[in-house]
Amino acid sequence: MSLNLCPNIADPDGFYEFIVESQRAMSDEQANRMNARLILILANHVGDLATLRQAIELAATTGAHRAG
Amino acid sequence: MFQTYKYPEFAYRPSAEQAEGRTQRHPVVIIGAGPVGLTAALDLASRGLSCVVLDDNNTVSIGSRAVCYAKRPLEIWDRLGLADRFIDKGISWKLGKVFFGDRQVYQFDLLPEDGHKCPAFINLQQYYLEEWMVETIAANPRIDLRWKHKLISLRQEEDHAILTVETPDGIFTTEADWVIACDGANSDTRKMVGAEFTGQFFQDRFLIADIVMKADFPTERWFWFDPPFHRNQSALLHKQADDVWRLDFQLGWDSDPDEEKKPEKVIPRVKAMLGDDVEFELEWASVYQFACRRIGQFRHGRVLFAGDAAHQVSPFGARGANTGVQDIDNLTWKLALVIEGKAPIDLIDSYHEERAFAADDNLLNSTRSTDFITPKSAASRRFRDAVLDLAEVTYFAKPLVNSGRLSAPTPYTQSALNTPDSETWEGRMTPGTVCSDAPVTVNGTPDWLLRQLGAGFTLLSFGPAKAVDWNGVTAQPLVVGQDLTDAEGLVAARFDGRPGSCYLIRPDQHVAARWRSFDPASVRAAIARACSAKGTY
Repeated sequence: MSLNLCPNIADPDGFYEFIVESQRAMSDEQANRMNARLILILANHVGDLATLRQAIELAATTGAHRAG
Repeated sequence: MFQTYKYPEFAYRPSAEQAEGRTQRHPVVIIGAGPVGLTAALDLASRGLSCVVLDDNNTVSIGSRAVCYAKRPLEIWDRLGLADRFIDKGISWKLGKVFFGDRQVYQFDLLPEDGHKCPAFINLQQYYLEEWMVETIAANPRIDLRWKHKLISLRQEEDHAILTVETPDGIFTTEADWVIACDGANSDTRKMVGAEFTGQFFQDRFLIADIVMKADFPTERWFWFDPPFHRNQSALLHKQADDVWRLDFQLGWDSDPDEEKKPEKVIPRVKAMLGDDVEFELEWASVYQFACRRIGQFRHGRVLFAGDAAHQVSPFGARGANTGVQDIDNLTWKLALVIEGKAPIDLIDSYHEERAFAADDNLLNSTRSTDFITPKSAASRRFRDAVLDLAEVTYFAKPLVNSGRLSAPTPYTQSALNTPDSETWEGRMTPGTVCSDAPVTVNGTPDWLLRQLGAGFTLLSFGPAKAVDWNGVTAQPLVVGQDLTDAEGLVAARFDGRPGSCYLIRPDQHVAARWRSFDPASVRAAIARACSAKGTY
C-alpha cells in the first residue's frame, strides 16, 4: 500500500469545518494534545508502516521553508 | 539500615604465585566477581577449564542493585545447578501494571505460555545471588577466587596477557592465555586496552530505594507515569525477597544526587507513595544517572569484554545483568573449544559478532523505553501522554505503552555460525534462536527439555539419529520418544517436530541447524560451521 495523495474526502469543506470546530473551545495546548491523540488513532487505522513513514516524511518536509 | 541482610566479608588469601615470587600462566583470568564474572567462572569450570577470578573488593554487591532476573539467565544458571535456589528465594512474577496519574491504563503478562521450568522473571537482591555463587565456587577446585586483588595494569603479547596485580601483600605479575573483563560499566580493563565506549548519555536522575515493609500489595510490577504522589515524573514499585521492596523515582536532571539519597529526603517520597500509615524501614538508597553505550569490539587481542564492561543500558527492561550472563553463555563454550584446540581462534570472533548484535538490540530497546518514560520535548511528552490516555480506553494503544520492554534473548538471526534452513518450518525455532523449554518425561519422571541438552552439541531428533563427530567435537543424539517422552506434545509443537526432523543445538542451547531428516554429512558440516571452521566438510 502506498500513501494516497489523491482527494479522498467526499465533503472537503464539511470535514475541514468539523476538525476546526472540534478545537474551537480549546487552548493551544489542549488542541495540541488532541492532535497527538488523533494522529495515533489515524495511524493505527492506516497500520502499514511504510505508508506511515511516507506520511511522516511528507508532513515533516512540507512547509519547511517557513520560519519557526 | 540493612536489617534483612548481613554482608559477608571474604578473607584475603595470599596466592602461592605471589608468595613464591614466580610468574604463573593461567588459561583464563576473570576480572571482577560480580554476577557476570562469577557466572563466567562457574561456566568455564563446568566445561572443564580452570580459571582465576580477581576482585578488588572482599564482599558482595552493596544494596540490591540488579533485581530482576529473566527466564533465560535462570535457564543458564539452571545448567550450572544454581537456579533452583534463586527461584526458591526469589519472588516470581509475570504481571505488570501501568498507571497514568491515578488510573490503571495497561496491564501485561510476561509469560502467557505454560510449560517452562523457569519463571518469566524473579526478583532477588543481587547480594544473595553473588553470595551463593561465591559459596558454590568455594567447593569447586577449578576456580581460584581471589579477593583484594586489584588489576593495575595489563599488556598483551601475541598469545597471552601480562597482568600486574596489587594485593595487601604488594604488587605481583601474572599471565593469562585469555582474560575475561567483567569489571562493570567503569571497567578499568577497558581503559587499559584503550577501547572505545561510546553512546548516548541521558540527562536525568533516578532515586532507587530498598525498603522493608509488611504489605499485601500483589507480586506485580507497578509503574506510574505522572502519579499524584510524584507529579511529572515516573515511579516504580517492585517486590523482592525478605519483604524488601524496590522503589524507583525519576528525579529530573536538576536534582542534587547527594541531597536526594539522604533519608530525610527519601522517607517523605516513600510516604507520599505508600501513604502515611504504612510502616517501613529504609534499607538502602542510591541516585543514579545512566547511559546507553557499548564497546566497539568485544575482543581486544586476548582480552574479552562481557557484561556492563562491554555495554551499558538504561535500567528500564532489566537488561544489564541479564544480558551480561548471556554474554558468558555465548563465550565459554567457544573459549573451551579454542583452548582445547578443537576449533580455530576465529570462533572467538563470533562472540563479538553475536553479542554485539544482541547488545545493539538491547540498546535499541532500552533507548526507546527511555524516550517514552522520560520525553525530551513538549511534543514528545504530548505523544507519550496521548498513548497513555488512549491505552485506557482502546486496545490499539496498549502495545504502544513502553514502561520498559523486559529482557528477552536476542536471536542470532544473522550469525555466520548458523546453517540457513533449506526446508520449510513452522514456529519460532529458527537457526540462531535459543531453544524453547518444554515439559518432558525421562524414565517415567517429569523433567524439562533444556535439562536434557548436553554440555556439548546435541542432536535433538524426532527420528533415528546417531552421534556425529567433527574434529573431536561430538554432537550427541537426544531422540524424542526414546531418550525422553514428549509427555504433553509441546516439544513437537514448539520445534515443529514432524517425524524425522532433526535439530543441531549448540552448547549454549541455541539452534545451529535443522533438517527434515538425519544426514550425518550435513550434521558434520553444520558442526564445522558452528565452530567457525573454514572450507567444506
